[in-house]
Amino acid sequence: MIDWEPLILTFKLAILTTGILFLVSIPVAYWLAYSKSRIKPIIEAFVSMPLVLPPTVVGFYLLVAFSPRNFFGSWLDDWLGIRLIFSFAGLLVASVLYSFPFMVQPIQSGFSSLPASLKEASSVLGKSRVTTLVKVLLPNIKSSILTGCILSFAHTVGEFGVVLMIGGNIPGKTKVASIAIYDEVEALNYTTANTYSLILFLIAFTLLLSIYFLKGGHSKKLVP
Amino acid sequence: MIIVSITKKLDSPTGDLLLKVDLSVENGKVIALYGESGAGKTSIFRMMAGLMKPDKGKIIVNNETWFDSDKNINLRPQQRKVGFMFQDYALFPNMTVKKNLEFALEKGQDKSTIKKLIGIIELHDLQLRNPETLSGGQKQRVALARALVNRPKILLLDEPLSALDIKMRSKLQDYILKIHDEFHLTILLISHDVGEIIKLSQKITRLENGKLASPENPFSFFTSNKISGKYQFEGEVIDIKKEDVVFIVSLLAGGNVIKIIAQESDIAAIAKGDKVIVASKAFNPILYKIQ
Repeated sequence: MIDWEPLILTFKLAILTTGILFLVSIPVAYWLAYSKSRIKPIIEAFVSMPLVLPPTVVGFYLLVAFSPRNFFGSWLDDWLGIRLIFSFAGLLVASVLYSFPFMVQPIQSGFSSLPASLKEASSVLGKSRVTTLVKVLLPNIKSSILTGCILSFAHTVGEFGVVLMIGGNIPGKTKVASIAIYDEVEALNYTTANTYSLILFLIAFTLLLSIYFLKGGHSKKLVP
Repeated sequence: MIIVSITKKLDSPTGDLLLKVDLSVENGKVIALYGESGAGKTSIFRMMAGLMKPDKGKIIVNNETWFDSDKNINLRPQQRKVGFMFQDYALFPNMTVKKNLEFALEKGQDKSTIKKLIGIIELHDLQLRNPETLSGGQKQRVALARALVNRPKILLLDEPLSALDIKMRSKLQDYILKIHDEFHLTILLISHDVGEIIKLSQKITRLENGKLASPENPFSFFTSNKISGKYQFEGEVIDIKKEDVVFIVSLLAGGNVIKIIAQESDIAAIAKGDKVIVASKAFNPILYKIQ
């Protein structure tokens, strides 16, 4: 019988990451879709960085930032009593940052694909930006939002490098399924490694399949 | 009284264009904006609605300043109370027709206006339909109704009927007239259709090279007051054929094809696609180019 803890931890992490990303990404994606600011390309590049950087780079800088020996880490420790290194909270923050583009980009392209007149019509009808966002824009990009959620969830499940750098390998706290597999292989427990792998494989396949079904093949445009 | 006195530099397809608008419209009038596409007509509407910021000038509606570059006043679209009918209708796809209308209600406004509009524009059967299941004409009716729900001071119609067939057009023109009478609205209308302008508007102004001409009577605008005909109507030249010593000009007017006999001198300035007026004196019809 396998140890279910890493899998449970993986899904707890993925669900929380997706939830936080959903709330954070909507304002960011809205700004990126509609702003004419000159610094927009810079922000866009930053948001997309996790797509191209090796996870270890992201992990390394977060490790440095979160370390209680450095300014940000010691500030968190002193003022809020939070230590992000080798803890589930740290893992969560790292996952949110690392999966950011997977949520922001589909929602941003959803906003951009809507005709500008919908937003304009709503404001001419006297509706505030928030009302327009909640009642007009978001309901019309449901499939983009769903795509963002599924991709972020799946991407978090598949994390390895960032998790290893930030969380280490503490059973019940930071040992997620992808790390458990690595562990089992190192211990030559191929059967257990295979069980974990197969479960992740099936979940990833089901999630991606559901996107392709929902989008009817349009998801080729999605982020890699 | 609506006073629009603004300038705005636009990037037009043919290079930079300096738009200079000086327009005052009496309350309750219908005024048509006429001019080539790309002349900046839609931009004038967008600046009035607050969707585009003029470079300089002022917009004053019923003594309320909506925009004043000197005093740094620029009301947001939400504060202006303009009815704007978009060229693409901009109906919200996630709402039924009824929900689209209800969305436009102001806080605390009761639904009687919607009922009234549904009655005038005959939307009873469409209320529960989704916008994507509607035809072009139906969408347009819904967009017109929605623009009026919150009782705007001005109604801006951007080529409202351009995508419709002639029968539907004339019906919608009747709706617009009915609404104008019922709500005593000031309407600004962008249109290329001479018949439509004559039927709906009391004044017309032409936008050319970025300048808006002073408003004229639409009928004299198109006929230049040169002809005193017994009857006249406008049409589009679809064919010119030579028959022996005369020419036969075929016109499309009000959905009918009409053939007119013309002399060589009559058709000298007329080509296929031109808009013309056919007027008749005692006997023979006269063709007169208007566009």
